[in-house]
Amino acid sequence: MSNEQTPIREVNAAEAVALARDGYRVIDVREQGEWDAGHVAGATLLPLADVPQRIAEVVPDKTAPLLLHCAVGGRSARAAGWLAQMGYTNVVSMKAPIGHWKEQGGTWEEPVQLLTPAQQRRYSRHLLIPEVGQEGQRKLLDAKVLLIGAGGLGSPIGLYLAASGVGTIGFVDDDVVDESNLQRQVLHAADRVGMLKVDSAEMTIRGLNPETKVVKHVERLDAGNVERLIGGYDVIVDGTDNFDTRYVLNDAAVKLGKPVVHGSIYRWDGQITTFVPFEGPCYRCMYPTQPPDELAPACSVAGVLGVLPGIVGMLQANEVFKLLLGVGETLAGRLLMFDAMGTTFDEVRIWRDPACPACGEGVGATPDPDRVAAGA
Amino acid sequence: MSTVRIPPVLRENTGGTRSVDVSGRTVAEALDDLFGKHPELRARVTQDGELSPFINVYVNDRDVRYRDGLETALEAGDTIILLPAMAGGAR
Repeated sequence: MSNEQTPIREVNAAEAVALARDGYRVIDVREQGEWDAGHVAGATLLPLADVPQRIAEVVPDKTAPLLLHCAVGGRSARAAGWLAQMGYTNVVSMKAPIGHWKEQGGTWEEPVQLLTPAQQRRYSRHLLIPEVGQEGQRKLLDAKVLLIGAGGLGSPIGLYLAASGVGTIGFVDDDVVDESNLQRQVLHAADRVGMLKVDSAEMTIRGLNPETKVVKHVERLDAGNVERLIGGYDVIVDGTDNFDTRYVLNDAAVKLGKPVVHGSIYRWDGQITTFVPFEGPCYRCMYPTQPPDELAPACSVAGVLGVLPGIVGMLQANEVFKLLLGVGETLAGRLLMFDAMGTTFDEVRIWRDPACPACGEGVGATPDPDRVAAGA
Repeated sequence: MSTVRIPPVLRENTGGTRSVDVSGRTVAEALDDLFGKHPELRARVTQDGELSPFINVYVNDRDVRYRDGLETALEAGDTIILLPAMAGGAR
């Protein structure tokens, strides 16, 4: 941009307020940090340095009436000069301290402090992503996610949920850390063999993110406790090792309208999907009848590649984040299969079964209106 | 010619083979060809001549339950995926 001065129209605060009332669009050329401390209601933030590159996208119409402002009128005058050179014909710069705008009755929005300064630092890489930002991070901090199992899948999922600032993570697990777990269950440690997994998980997560609250449920999920266990959570992550638990969980989650992110692993293979009650199929839509347990050898019998729960768990965690943030496309209605031996993914479609005993037609459960999922 | 993907829990019945090329104009014919090559699979995949309720069969990405079941027609190059329920996770 040329430094050559182009004549520009400058107004005082009273005139600026009047122009805004007359329909001038307000463009704030200050920095994000200044904007966050309070800004003109309805204004568009376009920091001075971004003006040359982004103005055509923000204001495609070069005849649109624009009122530029900054803190006192210096930056907005420069921006107005640039816009005039670029062919914008109706640009005005407010030459006044921004405080005068407020004194003249201009509209103003006080900052909404969604995050503390410490949270802004810790989650800064999230805040840079448009689909997360402060509001998304606030959702994560307010979110409650229940992990069924603090083992192979629960370990990587718990670590990344905590690192990312998910506010409450519950673990349902009554097992203790065994030496043979350490090949893949990265929440735990060699000096914690014999310790309850939920206690070990809490220690690790506290070290990673003291802000995350860990809720320890030292029990096995069954038909008698399932509704109490899952009732207070937004999203349930199923990393269990047996069919009983999966069917009990499915039926209760459908009844209470809770989304379940499903993962299973076997040697070199993993499967992932997301069950969103009444929006997509449930586990019973896929397999209406519960198989006998010999069809489901656990890792302790069949073996599992150490990294496999990491890969599958990360894909599950990715689903959790989209459900919590209400963005993107989840795996609802799709089953993703990962083959570590060939490093390939396959996908099949899964359908809601109208005759499903859990979620089919005529089943009276209603989705939880408070659910965070899917933008609801 | 179609390809059947053998799921991990059934590979013990195929000597570890992960996919098997089969011929047949329908899923039923393709499975018959598969069972001819790996006889132990018949008892794992079917029950009383019908598909086991614990195994879903997909042609490409479509569940044959929502097409024509075992009579679903195959085209050259189709992939048949056998998908038993899996449960491994925590332990």
